[in-house]
Amino acid sequence: MKVTEKDVAYVADLGNLELTEEERTRMVRDLNSILGHIDSLNELDTTNVQPMAQVADRYGVDQSKQGSERFGYASREDIREGLRKSLSHEAALENAPDSDGTFFKVPKVIER
Amino acid sequence: MDLTLLTIDAARSAIQERKTSASALAESFYSKIENDDPRIGAFLTLSKERAMAKAAEMDALAAKGEKLPPLGGVPVGIKDVMITKGIRTTAGSKILGDYVPPYDCTAVARLEAAGAVVLGKLNCDEFAMGSSNENSAWKPVHNPRDLSRVPGGSSGGSAAAVAADMAVAALGSDTGGSIRQPASFCGVVGLMPTYGRVSRYGLIAFASSLDHIGPLTKTVKDAAIVLRTIAGRDPMDSTSAELPVPDYVAELEKAVRGLKIGVAKEYLGEGLDPEVRKAIEAAIQKLARQGCEIVDVSLPHTKYAIPTYYIVATAEASSNLARFDGVRYGYRAKDARTLSEMYRRSRDQGFGAEVKRRIMLGTYALSAGYYDAYYLKAQRVRTLLTRDFEEAFKKVDAIVAPVSPTAAFKLGEKVDDPLAMYLADIYTVTADLAGIPGISVPCGETKEKLPIGLQILGRHFDESTILRVAQASENAA
Repeated sequence: MKVTEKDVAYVADLGNLELTEEERTRMVRDLNSILGHIDSLNELDTTNVQPMAQVADRYGVDQSKQGSERFGYASREDIREGLRKSLSHEAALENAPDSDGTFFKVPKVIER
Repeated sequence: MDLTLLTIDAARSAIQERKTSASALAESFYSKIENDDPRIGAFLTLSKERAMAKAAEMDALAAKGEKLPPLGGVPVGIKDVMITKGIRTTAGSKILGDYVPPYDCTAVARLEAAGAVVLGKLNCDEFAMGSSNENSAWKPVHNPRDLSRVPGGSSGGSAAAVAADMAVAALGSDTGGSIRQPASFCGVVGLMPTYGRVSRYGLIAFASSLDHIGPLTKTVKDAAIVLRTIAGRDPMDSTSAELPVPDYVAELEKAVRGLKIGVAKEYLGEGLDPEVRKAIEAAIQKLARQGCEIVDVSLPHTKYAIPTYYIVATAEASSNLARFDGVRYGYRAKDARTLSEMYRRSRDQGFGAEVKRRIMLGTYALSAGYYDAYYLKAQRVRTLLTRDFEEAFKKVDAIVAPVSPTAAFKLGEKVDDPLAMYLADIYTVTADLAGIPGISVPCGETKEKLPIGLQILGRHFDESTILRVAQASENAA
């Protein structure tokens, strides 16, 4: 077993999840089963292979340029108003579970 | 008007020639949805007010004798992961149960600008994570061809709505096969464009380097019409490509004679259902008879695609889904006393089991001590998988393959075994990782009358060729 109950508790904490006892037990089983399959990647020697974060790393870039210059097509001149107007205060707060009309409201931040 | 097999051009012409009106057509579709959807479960939210306003606008144009835009009055459905201003958008999740977006997804806005009538929002797996639509927080979708079976996923509602004639066309999204596999299971056409061809602005993110928006339609020509409408650079998505958009419909006129079509042995090996294999082989023979040259190719890293995909996709998902914290929008747990408790409980209660599983897997793969072994490793193998295609496309113009190892399976069949569900994505995930376009087109049926799809994969930004091959296959079917 690769992933233990302790690992699950730690990762759940990182992911801002609580998980019930039942969910944790199930998660240990599922993660081990999936990671067992994922281990097959170790059969491949990738020492000299560049990692690929996204497709645009390989396509649509100007290969003759270096660094961020290569993605020149994706940048533009600054526009003062932005590409579209910002949402109004009202619209931005419309979906908030709790607000006072000016700010989002949340429970106490400092725990003691 | 008979809604069965109603295509985009047929609907638009009928309205243009005033044989029907866009308003009457929309009403017919709403009646059909009211009658049939309780058995199928494709729609989550209807947007009747917005639809009827658009229909009236198109009717006014037609009444003045003005030429309707390409989708003038055509009723469509939108997968519930694309946001729509003023219309509830849930991504199939309880955490967005009451979410009413303040702006429109670019692809939806472009469809509407071309005259499309948006009937409503379509069911899907929660945050597009699933291959059977059983992960929807609201209700499962039943396959219109056999109600005991899944429609595929995650765009299950989109495929089912088109297959059951409850929409002329639909938009779906594909991160690991979520357009092509449900299209195959329901017997419709599903196109995943090249990464960057269609703006992702307003698509609720699952895995940003893998997410694609594309059409599900009854015919290949309709897929070409929708793609032509939604494709092209959008300044709101910096990954959308600054490339001219061909007239895909005109491109369909070109013959397929002389095209080199690749067949990869890795896609026809162990695990492929014999009936599916037979249908794929027959489809390949039909392409050969139309003058295509069939060439063997090899994609040697194919067996590593699933492990690579389930690291890259879940890592990106764990990051994207961090925004659901109960502060600015979405569900908030009621009983929390502190901020961190509020985050955890809102997410615990708001997310379903599969989404939590993927957040956990992705967080694990990105966590200290495992980043190199899992995430970086998967990114390197992603390069190898992409090179496989680059090599193959030096020899051939397109590659044909199955979409899924089997036809539609039964509801409940794989729900307790996440790995088995993941493994069924074997023929679709690689195209997402490499960013190449792919299309699923119906090519036959099993003995039980379940549809089988043929997948055609193409070079980056060469949707034209795969559409042509798909149409040739469609004509021969």
